[in-house]
Amino acid sequence: MGATSGFAARSVQIAFVAIVIGVWWGVTKTHAVMPLFLPPVGLVARTIDQLFSTGEAWAAVRLTLLTIVEAYALAVVAGLLAGYFVTRSRFLTEVFEPLIANLFTIPIILFFPLFVLFFGIGPGSKIAYGALYGFFPVALNTIAGFSRVERRFLWAARSMGASPFGLFRHVLVPSALPVIVTGLRISFLICLASVLGGEELSAAAGIGKNIELAAELMDPARMYSWIVFVVLTTTVLNLVLSQIEGRVRER
Amino acid sequence: MSAEQAAAPRRHGGLLGHDALVRLTRAGVVLLLFAIWQVYGAFFADKDFVSPPSAVAVALFTHIFSDGAVMRAVGLTLVEVALAFTASMIVGVGLGVLIGWNTGARRMALPVVLLLYAIPQVVMLPLVILAFGIGPVAKIFFGFSHGVFPVIINVVAGMRNVNPLLLAGARSMGASRLEIARHVMFPHMVPSLFAGLRLAMTVTLIGVILAELYVSMAGIGYYTQVFAQTFDPAPLFALIAVLAAIAIVLNELVRLAERRVTRWRRVGM
Repeated sequence: MGATSGFAARSVQIAFVAIVIGVWWGVTKTHAVMPLFLPPVGLVARTIDQLFSTGEAWAAVRLTLLTIVEAYALAVVAGLLAGYFVTRSRFLTEVFEPLIANLFTIPIILFFPLFVLFFGIGPGSKIAYGALYGFFPVALNTIAGFSRVERRFLWAARSMGASPFGLFRHVLVPSALPVIVTGLRISFLICLASVLGGEELSAAAGIGKNIELAAELMDPARMYSWIVFVVLTTTVLNLVLSQIEGRVRER
Repeated sequence: MSAEQAAAPRRHGGLLGHDALVRLTRAGVVLLLFAIWQVYGAFFADKDFVSPPSAVAVALFTHIFSDGAVMRAVGLTLVEVALAFTASMIVGVGLGVLIGWNTGARRMALPVVLLLYAIPQVVMLPLVILAFGIGPVAKIFFGFSHGVFPVIINVVAGMRNVNPLLLAGARSMGASRLEIARHVMFPHMVPSLFAGLRLAMTVTLIGVILAELYVSMAGIGYYTQVFAQTFDPAPLFALIAVLAAIAIVLNELVRLAERRVTRWRRVGM
């Protein structure tokens, strides 16, 4: 979509963020909204500064980040392997692709209470939940990527005496990669959201737990600080990942 | 799908057609998974944590269907999903048409929609509950805020993909804006609209259930907590199974509607 990237779109987005902050500042200045629901911008900015300069926030950030990375690593490895093996035959692809695609439409969040039962309220339950959710986009895009490899390239490479590994390295991977990287990016964002959501529902520590706790203790400045922190970080991460994805797809 | 795949001849394997064989194998895989779960749950698993499907089926009747309070919580969740989805559809199509109608509006609004869509909304769940309370309103809102974005984005994309020749043709034959919308835009938007609606149903379910689970004082969230604290997980498995079944049915309904509306496409070709 041409209108979604590029200078014009970025300017619109930056202008929008500026307007949001302006309106936020305006309504809190004039006391149009109760501070419980929307604390002043300045207060939130000071709270973020305080959270990070005292080092209080880093433990939560470190834990959540580690949980996300572990969940994502599991999702990627399982998704790539499943996607690769399913596409080894057209029959297997026809059997498993709709199955995996349909499972992905079930809200996996339903199974989170079971993961808490199995793995406790520590990071384990969040890792399992994030990994399960993140598995689907990787597997589905890997299947899509490998099944669009043109047969004649495979025949040509084989007839020219390519080894199985050579085939994998020089034919399968290059043609599948552009589709797979999209799955990898989506999976990361899903892992991130799942881990944060899981932490809000049931956890002992982490960013999600801090947001939930701040809401429970009616401490809106702290709650908004965490929300703003997550929104900013994920927006930047998303930009970076989209750039990487674009590079890979261009090649 | 590559051109070769589409051009590949239909293989007929003996008595069964190829498609039937694929479906049978798929059903076999699902059955096998259930069988493994049954054997593992009945003989190997710790009974405090894993219940086999047979025990879950029993719990379905002893703890879920027979308990009016649980059924009311499930029913309320269903109503919340229905309302959230309907709102997503109406608002999403409305905004999508407004944004997609002309290039200027699209350039201004679409980047904002995409910016908002990329935010992991789950971080705002405690805020939504704080603002709307622990009742159905918060859950409907959270479902709606998940569902509306895919609809907007797909409607805008669908309007862009209408062949300009068809628009020019309709216009030159004196069609009004409304007629163009009804007879040219709408039929060509349908595939993209339904792609959006399918995604919207999936994420609406996620939003509503997330909010339901977050509120542990009432509804589904309360019962998952209660069932998790006894040392018999079968009712918890059963409750989750019921909700998963509802999710599957709702997703299928959207697809069914899609098939009905797009029938003319298949008949014509």
